[in-house]
Amino acid sequence: MRELVTYVAKSLVANPDEVFVSELKNDHETVFQIKVAEEDMGRIIGKQGKIAKAIRTLTKAAAIKEGIMVQVEISDQ
Amino acid sequence: MKSVEIVARSVEEAIEEGLKQLDVTRDEVEISVIEEGTKGFLGILGSRQAKVCLTIKPNITWKVRIAEEYVTNIIDLMKLDAKIDTVIEDDNIKVNITGEQLGLLIGRRGQTLDALQFLTSMVVNREGGEWARVIIDVEAYRQRREQTLRSLARRLASKAESTGRRVALDPMNALERRIVHSELQDFGGVETHSEGKDPYRRVIIVPKR
Repeated sequence: MRELVTYVAKSLVANPDEVFVSELKNDHETVFQIKVAEEDMGRIIGKQGKIAKAIRTLTKAAAIKEGIMVQVEISDQ
Repeated sequence: MKSVEIVARSVEEAIEEGLKQLDVTRDEVEISVIEEGTKGFLGILGSRQAKVCLTIKPNITWKVRIAEEYVTNIIDLMKLDAKIDTVIEDDNIKVNITGEQLGLLIGRRGQTLDALQFLTSMVVNREGGEWARVIIDVEAYRQRREQTLRSLARRLASKAESTGRRVALDPMNALERRIVHSELQDFGGVETHSEGKDPYRRVIIVPKR
């Protein structure tokens, strides 16, 4: 899961080395937090959040297979 | 755009090395020789290394390869068992995915498939070059959906015509709305237009009076 989120994030930004994905589990869901370089925020969020939304949709589909609930958050460092 | 500068004993060697580093073939790069390099006298005196710069030409061949690589990796990371097949069709990159139990890759009304298609198109076009449209399909889902939409459109148009009332369809994305409009273009008794804002924009069928 985390690998998927990381791969998707890195493929979109100009500074893949500055992409960090952390994984936080609580009792009902797993939260993935994507951190990217400030200048890459636009590349990962997109116009009207279109890219961020696509990342969430894809991650949620992968989560169905693993039988878990996920959240994806995005921030700069 | 992605490029590398390579220094080697000869121009040819430098190019080979650059192609290896970028992992591309020769027709996918722009090559500029910065320094020819000379052997020098007896290979020692005054010998100079060659220097070349290779820049990726984001042409369709390169884009197809990127699309294929990207979708393959995503499928692997999602732990799905599927086969992918990529073709160029009318200058669009078509990626067909086939396999068992791929429903989750399609998602509700194809929204996961749309997300994958959108992300792939961002990645494929990020190095510039002529914009390549990416169309991803899973088990001919898009084709089947198009047929469903066309027959739904005709059915609802007949209803609008016979009742004399307008009919609103469910919200759809631009591509699906276009299919409905085009199907009803030559349907005599009705007119169509769209109302609302994405993602709630929908087609309205209005009977002609």
